[in-house]
Amino acid sequence: MKKSLLLASLLSLFLIGCSSTPIVDVSKPAGPSASNDLSSSSDETDLDLASLRDPNNILSKRSIYFDYDKDVVKAEYKDLIAAHAKYVASHPKAKMTLTGNTDDRGSREYNVSLGQKRSVSVKKSMNILGAQDAQIETVSFGEERADTNCKDSGCYGKDRRVDISYEKE
Amino acid sequence: MKKYNLHMLKTFKTFFSLCLLLLISIHAFAIETIEISGGGTKQINIAVMPYKEIVADKANSRMHQIIAADLYRSGFFRPLEVNGLVNKPSTLSDINYAEMTAIEAQVMTLGQVEISNNRVKVNWFLVDTNKKMILTTMEYSGPVAQYRAIAHKISDTIYEKLTGIPGVFSTKISYISKNKGRYSLNVADADGFNVQSVVGSPQPIISARWSPDAKKIAYVSFEKKKPIVYIQSLVTGQRTVLANFKGNNSSPSWSPDGKRLAIVLTYNANSQIYLIDADGSNLKPLIQSAHIDTEPVWSPDGRFIYFTSDRGGRPQIYKVSSSGGESQRVSFEGNQNLNPNVSPDAKMLSYVSQDEGRFRVVLHDLQTGQITKITDGPFDEAPKFSPNGHVILYAHKINGSGELSTVSIDGVVRQSFNIHADDIREPAWAPFVK
Repeated sequence: MKKSLLLASLLSLFLIGCSSTPIVDVSKPAGPSASNDLSSSSDETDLDLASLRDPNNILSKRSIYFDYDKDVVKAEYKDLIAAHAKYVASHPKAKMTLTGNTDDRGSREYNVSLGQKRSVSVKKSMNILGAQDAQIETVSFGEERADTNCKDSGCYGKDRRVDISYEKE
Repeated sequence: MKKYNLHMLKTFKTFFSLCLLLLISIHAFAIETIEISGGGTKQINIAVMPYKEIVADKANSRMHQIIAADLYRSGFFRPLEVNGLVNKPSTLSDINYAEMTAIEAQVMTLGQVEISNNRVKVNWFLVDTNKKMILTTMEYSGPVAQYRAIAHKISDTIYEKLTGIPGVFSTKISYISKNKGRYSLNVADADGFNVQSVVGSPQPIISARWSPDAKKIAYVSFEKKKPIVYIQSLVTGQRTVLANFKGNNSSPSWSPDGKRLAIVLTYNANSQIYLIDADGSNLKPLIQSAHIDTEPVWSPDGRFIYFTSDRGGRPQIYKVSSSGGESQRVSFEGNQNLNPNVSPDAKMLSYVSQDEGRFRVVLHDLQTGQITKITDGPFDEAPKFSPNGHVILYAHKINGSGELSTVSIDGVVRQSFNIHADDIREPAWAPFVK
């Protein structure tokens, strides 16, 4: 038996598993601070939050749906997009997030990119109508919020969407 | 001492008897389920005899089961059914070579495990049963807590002795689990045992990648309601933000020297590949296009970056110099190809190929251009080569929930991990620790 080999083996065994892996627990994302939580009266007026919350106002509609593997905004969302673009353009303090989503077919990272392509597509439609890039952030959750129980084209369609949200709403 | 040449080894078994043997093995190992997709042609028949456990109050022996399961999973070995044998030698003098010939063993391993004072000591042998010759004999010892680690070390030694290539049984893997709506990035042994959570979050975690020294993991977390890239030390638990720019921050890939990463950023446009130093400084674009460019992975020599792009319509694999410049398309077959991974010897790519509605893992030989489907789908993803290039770890979806499996690169031996969680995905294989 080779002594050196044995020694090396023994040494490596001592090293295996000696370190215990520390765990990081991500606490809930830091929520809005107290002052933001209770929207100040100036936010109410500046941002016209009442319009955003009014269920009879088109601004309360927040989802735009897409066809499979497509990022083309369909004509049926013309009014919805125009209303939000107009809102952003006329409220300089408003900050909008467009979050793209996909169904769960394909790779996770590619789906992040595909969801992003959809949020960018919605943003561009809004840019044409005067909404400024500085007020918009386009992001994507890819397939991470997809309905994992989905097995047919009906619910896949619900996964393929861009959601509109506003800061402080 | 003679090394076995795998290609020269004769196959004795018909497909039927192979299936039968492997099905029996399921029972013997009882830790993982087994699927068989074809007849193995170059597996070594090994008799893994029960290692005799010398311990005061416990007669059960299981070290050989860990070893046999390791060797089976590699795809290069066929552990033979030994429970029915009359003779169960644990020392050289007790070997009945006629019995070994009868079960068509080419090699056998046997040994003794002694447990005392919270320490385990193993004396073991690897024997060529045709030549009646000892190939290896060693003594390994360590704390009892390292019982499985010692078994994996023996598997590694047997593997390297008979294939000439280091085994990966002592390496680590990582994966993301989703349990009751909570996500966790976990690190485990290569056989799925010894699971440790590294980070937990109520929001998704994806794209975990080991640093080349295996001391850190880069990953993407959605905990701030958008993808942000973090790097976390497995030694100290300390976590830093690598990239948190406007838009998405995702798809990290370490350069082979560990000094830089390729990442994907969007700002207010489509996914684009950037290079960034591991401390978050020195950000610069690698390539710029109007299309999706994502899933960058470095070639082992650091000269190239393979990536997925939809510049040709559907997603396909491309390649670019790591110093930028013109991109070249690499994948042409199939409706779409994505999720690339480069073999440690740089000769192969594995990626996900979608055709006829199925997402399958394929191997792409970069020298010959030959493409081989090694899984059946329908929803296979995230293939990762083992550090020795012999096995691929991948995720697949069954009825909406994910599982992990390994497949030998010849596509013959597949095994799913028996990990208890609602949903498991995003595997990564740690590199060899030098």
